[in-house]
Amino acid sequence: MSRFRAHPAWGPALILVGLAAVMLVIAGCGGDDDDDGGGDGGEAPSELGAGEGEVNLIAWAGYVEDGSTDPKVDWVTDFENETGCQVNVKIGNTSDEMVTLMRTGEYDGVSASGDATLRLIEGGDVDPVNTDLVPNYADIFPALKDQPHNTVDGVNYGIPHGRGANLLMWNPDQVKPDPTSWDVVFDPAKASQYKGKVTAYDSPIYIADAALYLREHNPELGIENVYELDEEQFNAAIDLLKQQKESVGEYWSDYTKEVEAFANGDSTVGTTWQVITNLLQDEGANVKNTLPSEGATGWSDTWMISSEAAHPNCMYMWMDHIVSPEANAAVAEWFGEAPANEKSCDLTENKDHCDIFHAADETFFDRIEYWTTPTKDCGDDRGENCKTYDEWVQGWTEVKG
Amino acid sequence: MGRRLADLFYGRPRLQAGALLSGPVGWLVIAYLGSLAVLFVASFWHLDDFTSEIERGFSLENFETLVNEDVYRSIAARTIGVAALVTITDAILAFPIAFFMAKVASSRVKAILVVAVLMPLWSSYLVKVYAWRTILSEEGALNWALDPIGVSVPDGDIFRLWLVMSYLWLPFMVIPIYAGLERIPDTLLSASEDLGARPGTTFRRVILPLAFPAVVAGSIFTFSLTLGDFIAPTLVSSTQFIGNVVYTNVGVANNLPLAAAFATVPVVVMILYLLIARRLGAFEQL
Amino acid sequence: MRLSTRSRWILRAGVAVTLAFIYIPLAVIGLYAFNESRLLQWPPPGLTLDWFGKAFENEGARDALLLSLEAGALATAIAILLGTLASLAVARYSFFGRETISFLVILPIALPGIVTGMALNATFTQTLSIDLGLFTIVTAHATFCIVVVYNNVIARLRRMSTSFEEASADLGADPWQTFRYVTLPNMRTALVAGALLAFALSFDEIIVTTFTAGSDQTLPIWIFANLSRPNQLPIVNVVALLVILLSAIPVYLAHRLSRDESISGRGASAVAEGTAVP
Repeated sequence: MSRFRAHPAWGPALILVGLAAVMLVIAGCGGDDDDDGGGDGGEAPSELGAGEGEVNLIAWAGYVEDGSTDPKVDWVTDFENETGCQVNVKIGNTSDEMVTLMRTGEYDGVSASGDATLRLIEGGDVDPVNTDLVPNYADIFPALKDQPHNTVDGVNYGIPHGRGANLLMWNPDQVKPDPTSWDVVFDPAKASQYKGKVTAYDSPIYIADAALYLREHNPELGIENVYELDEEQFNAAIDLLKQQKESVGEYWSDYTKEVEAFANGDSTVGTTWQVITNLLQDEGANVKNTLPSEGATGWSDTWMISSEAAHPNCMYMWMDHIVSPEANAAVAEWFGEAPANEKSCDLTENKDHCDIFHAADETFFDRIEYWTTPTKDCGDDRGENCKTYDEWVQGWTEVKG
Repeated sequence: MGRRLADLFYGRPRLQAGALLSGPVGWLVIAYLGSLAVLFVASFWHLDDFTSEIERGFSLENFETLVNEDVYRSIAARTIGVAALVTITDAILAFPIAFFMAKVASSRVKAILVVAVLMPLWSSYLVKVYAWRTILSEEGALNWALDPIGVSVPDGDIFRLWLVMSYLWLPFMVIPIYAGLERIPDTLLSASEDLGARPGTTFRRVILPLAFPAVVAGSIFTFSLTLGDFIAPTLVSSTQFIGNVVYTNVGVANNLPLAAAFATVPVVVMILYLLIARRLGAFEQL
Repeated sequence: MRLSTRSRWILRAGVAVTLAFIYIPLAVIGLYAFNESRLLQWPPPGLTLDWFGKAFENEGARDALLLSLEAGALATAIAILLGTLASLAVARYSFFGRETISFLVILPIALPGIVTGMALNATFTQTLSIDLGLFTIVTAHATFCIVVVYNNVIARLRRMSTSFEEASADLGADPWQTFRYVTLPNMRTALVAGALLAFALSFDEIIVTTFTAGSDQTLPIWIFANLSRPNQLPIVNVVALLVILLSAIPVYLAHRLSRDESISGRGASAVAEGTAVP
């Protein structure tokens, strides 16, 4: 009897049984996930009250600088002094992280990229924004307003922060002649010339880039909206990416990785951001970039307010501040993107900043397809047959293998 | 007051044990295991086809996906394979230095070596991975060093991850082996010599069996740390480990069920590993 | 143990190779701390001390370092307390489920960080509804640090003969006094070793911390956020180098403490080893 009791497997067995029991109980009770359901739970306020004394933000690194990174880079301290709203920022490294953080309901707002915005809206994690309460909204480039990635059924869910494009960059010493099309990374005949040196952005949203290429080169697929792909179009894009993988040396998710890859000769051609090209050229590397003939995907981040914001007034004040001409100019220059506010172009330290980033060049941005979260609703006569983001994630997992 | 409490506990060993354990066990069982349980309940849920919301009904859909789709099987195999490779490599690399520290070095040298082995634990894991990235790159330090020989760094993702992870977890293997070897009485080794065994035989038949539990103890760390890592694969390679898939499914994709289902793989593997390790006596050697 | 000269030299070579393997990448990090360029190229184009100045000015780095030290100290303290309690219970008493404790305690560190992180995050934010911050960081770290202290202490307790404690009781001491005057001093170095390892674990932890830190930045979180920004990369290298150099101090001190013990206890423990039941 005592030997039976002392058997060493009892312990772990006990744990597993206990776990299973707890699991059954919880499954029965329904767990603790509190989804607010739908996207029409919240409403935008009609007027602002006094500041609540603090605001908790989730932001990309470089969007909310208070001088602790570089004493000269600071557009937060004067905001805090003027409004009395103490800014606390949590740096998100990826869209996934930001969405997970927003779901906790502990933050007032987030600078969301297009691949996350619709997910946040659908999940009820963010509220609509009353743009009348954001005076500086009036000066934002018209082309940035009412975009599908942050406006649903005519309701605005955020304030545009800035924008940028995913351009094609190459090392002219290795890649000749200068490419004018994405075929240099997608066409097997061309891409294989640079086998092991091609690079691509490491995110499921890159599937849209493949769709962009197919839109031009395989018109029989009928792709129009690169973010709304039905079964056939999606599979074609995945196949193209699997083929591309054979030439890819590495994928990059943080831009330091791409900067170093090009500087060290590990990559010679692939998707890039303008700021990466600038950095490499600053350090003496030989690179060039272009907007290829098919166009490109791009991004425009949106400041969104949480549906559970504890400090909504401060959040509105922040949103107004970050798109004010001075602050927007500062952040656009520090981060390396085109500002959202038209008036910012006169205020950047580098007078050519807006030209380099094509800030006022609408013919440039006309050819850019801003990141947006793929949803079931194709938005046209195909109905509700398009692939959702979680399916994009599974597809991307397959591509990378 | 102290005396009163002492009187209360006197002669009641179970009460004493209970009081001692209530803190740690309470936290671990209720908070940690409880939340693990909640997490794994989610693996039986699924995303609704239409709304992409999490549906709480019971379904084995996720596990079917994991088993049927090739890519998840190969990712799991890759993760476990690299973990095993790293463990074996670290065991081989750690043994000489651990043996030297335990049995050969003078106490002054021993002190220096202990410090030398432990110090890297304090340097940031992230910085070490970034350093390796540059070392392994095309025009990096390793190629620069190998150039005169005419060799260049092999290209594969697995090679890079194997190298980097063996590097990262090496101190975790050295310390338990060192501690385990220290516990082998010198008298045993002298006895073996007296009985006529050459050092090689003594090593094979006396040291290795006695040190084996310690090696297994160290391997718990190297294996589990490799199994769960997703940062190094992202930074140093283009390939995916289990952790990467879990991570990408949890965020925007909101596919917590699939992520939780895939997360059960390393958990099950580790629990099995721990059970085997305990059998081999490793728990006394940690 | 007597080794032939040849074996000795092979052993020495093995040690040298391993040490080189461990330290060359650290040397590379050290070199990059002086790197002129913002990019990590090889070889570095030039050397400069500029980044050191910038690192000292950097408020974010200083705050992160302080938070890491704070969290590490607190987590280690809790781990010492809980780990000692648990190991005392397991080593000195027998009760139902005793075997399980060792298994239970190692789970937080053996399971993948992302699983532990997600689980603890769910507990904090949903079940307990508490704000993420220093408290949750410390709790999370203590959870996986317990095992390190537990294992060191329990190994020591198992080797320590209970006859000392019995003698103390015979002489009239109550359990608390016995613990304070007999058990604790003998455990001292095991505690130190465990504390050191626990602190190191906490100081460098990134995955679980990301899920439980809220807006606070520990040093690893700060590093993660800044490594991907080329303007900040050199400062990160400086910070890393300084941390490595500074860490030599506590490690050396800890080893001195445990060395004293082993010299005096060597004879006794050797005898205990020989007669111990495996």
